[in-house]
Amino acid sequence: MDGGSWKEIPKVKLQRKNRLRALSLGAVAVTGALTLTACGSDDTGGSGGAGDSTAAADSNIDCGDAKGQLLADGSSAQKNAIDAWVKQYSAACKDVVINYKGSGSGAGITAFTQGQVAFAGSDSALKPEEVTASKEICTGGQGIDLPMVGGPIAVGYNVPGVDNLVLDAKTLALIFDSKISNWNDKAIAALNPEATLPDLKIQAFHRSDESGTTDNFTKYLIAAAPDQWKYEGGKAWEAKGGQSAQGSSGVAQGVKGTEGAISYMELSYAKDGMSTVSIKTDAAEPAKATIENATKAIGEAKIVGTGKDLALEVNYQPKTDGAYPITLVTYEIVCDKGNKADTLPATKSFLTYIASEDGQALLADAGYAPMPEEIITKVRTTISELS
Amino acid sequence: MDISTTKDTAAPPTPQPSADQKRAERGTTRPGDRIFLGLSRGSGIFLLALMAAIAVFLSYRAALAISKDEANFFTTFEWNPTAVPPEFGIAVLAFGTIVSSIIAMAIAVPVAVGIALFITHYAPRKLGGPIAYVIDLLAAVPSIVYGLWGALVLVPQLDGLYGWLNDYLGWTGILEWQGGAPRSMLTVGILLAIMILPIITNVSREVFRQVPQMQEEAALALGATRWEVIKMAVLPFGRSGVISASMLGLGRALGETMAVAMVLSPSFEINASLLDPGGGTFAQNIASKFSEATEMGRDALIASGLVLFVITLLVNGAARLIIARRKEFSGANA
Repeated sequence: MDGGSWKEIPKVKLQRKNRLRALSLGAVAVTGALTLTACGSDDTGGSGGAGDSTAAADSNIDCGDAKGQLLADGSSAQKNAIDAWVKQYSAACKDVVINYKGSGSGAGITAFTQGQVAFAGSDSALKPEEVTASKEICTGGQGIDLPMVGGPIAVGYNVPGVDNLVLDAKTLALIFDSKISNWNDKAIAALNPEATLPDLKIQAFHRSDESGTTDNFTKYLIAAAPDQWKYEGGKAWEAKGGQSAQGSSGVAQGVKGTEGAISYMELSYAKDGMSTVSIKTDAAEPAKATIENATKAIGEAKIVGTGKDLALEVNYQPKTDGAYPITLVTYEIVCDKGNKADTLPATKSFLTYIASEDGQALLADAGYAPMPEEIITKVRTTISELS
Repeated sequence: MDISTTKDTAAPPTPQPSADQKRAERGTTRPGDRIFLGLSRGSGIFLLALMAAIAVFLSYRAALAISKDEANFFTTFEWNPTAVPPEFGIAVLAFGTIVSSIIAMAIAVPVAVGIALFITHYAPRKLGGPIAYVIDLLAAVPSIVYGLWGALVLVPQLDGLYGWLNDYLGWTGILEWQGGAPRSMLTVGILLAIMILPIITNVSREVFRQVPQMQEEAALALGATRWEVIKMAVLPFGRSGVISASMLGLGRALGETMAVAMVLSPSFEINASLLDPGGGTFAQNIASKFSEATEMGRDALIASGLVLFVITLLVNGAARLIIARRKEFSGANA
């Protein structure tokens, strides 16, 4: 009898334990599953300011006989601008559905030369081999670049007590190449005689992902400070050292959260908690990073495209007062001749709208710079001749 | 006799089968049984096929990339798959992945074992339950949230710790600080440690709960203090369980993506000091480079993914070996 009751107790205990064990193992499994779902990628696209336009039908939009679906792909830098235009345009022309995917300039041009999209958006003009490839799609014609959207790349910084920092291309190149490492460096002091520069380490942030912003910023450094910036350029950052972060929002956060930080980003990200650098050019006064100043700089750009191609070469050492030199221009790429018959009316109608005064006026609200009058007039003429 | 015939359906039928036997025969052929058997067998086969498909896909795309790589895939400190000729290597990524995981394990395992022991052996029941619950919650936080917290809260707070490490341990070289913002391998390790803490704690806690009461009571009866009980009865019993718990945590640390990408300043260089910004991990590099990658760039990233896949397999295999060797000593194989 004694033995029997002695055996009872551990058995009961064991069962309780087993249940507990099963329950908690279940809990582990559930939490494990939860953590597994947690790996995702973030979308670094900014929201811009495109939302405030009321979708009232714009009477100036000429729909013509456009209808059907218009596919486009390309630069993510101009995605917010395209979104704002599409909103207005589709309110007026209800028969047209425009679908612009911001997969990146390279992907957009590939899709265009394969005939998958009616037009592509790109941060850089077509390369000669891409023009050759486009001839297969554009029967009797070729792909051309239409400059449509501009924008300043701001250099944001976080240095306590310094509000109005002025730098030039050479100093910027040295800072981002980790050659100047303290804010009280003589080169910076020479450009800012009135500022009290602290003894603080410079934390130069660059993009850790590949980015058109990096491409355009380094293009500026290569053009304006060739002796200090000896890299080839491109979407990937090449210099060694310094800090890095992912996406425009990542570097913007890095600058806000780190004393002594400096980085380059699209203008719309350079706000709250950081100031932007004014760039000293050949003009009398250093230029501030604003939309108007970017348009002024694009006004000094040369048209280097031949024939109907309107590819621009930005002048990185502008002489106009206030012209902000670190400026990027993005293009729409279409066929000059031989556009597909079913998408031509919609393409023409949409491009006519975005190059119009109304269309360009929308850009400033979305954080972009409109094209200067001289260039946009030529763009309008070219669009009217598309066939 | 009766029992043995009903259980053995292959036995020659008796002239008059009993009711039990009929039911048993019908039971094996009921549709529910067959469906369930098919489903569970199918799931098992599906899992194997899925793993094989992933391995084949990774190997195929990786072979495409590596065959075009002009540099040594294992020793190069560059990542330029789109350059002409393409040059890329995983040296920095392998180093960063392993170092950050080692830092994470060095911090997380002792703390997790401590928490688990506290919950099971020291804390009063009223306190142990809530603590265990909070740890479970910690495991449910998405890694992107850890990343945000790390970048916004943790990184700005680490200047003090880095300064202290530099003052007292800077002479070692690996803990020397140049004053850069603390977005380094050490920060990644600290954040990963916090992220893998709950999984190690949970499994260890369950293992320590399984320690036979008799052994603990026997140790107490021999006059052991509570620490001696833990040292003599609890830890030896739970060792293999703690190892497998750590391996689960290590698996997560090796593969962590967004949180690493958000607190590190990635670059393709290996710094002597863990406190200098720079370095990278496999998963972080894939997340950073994938969005703008070309065909060749994607294949190169997949090749790096294959290396991570192999490292993870090796780690899991090693863990199983350790557990198998200690099996006879321990009752818990959590």
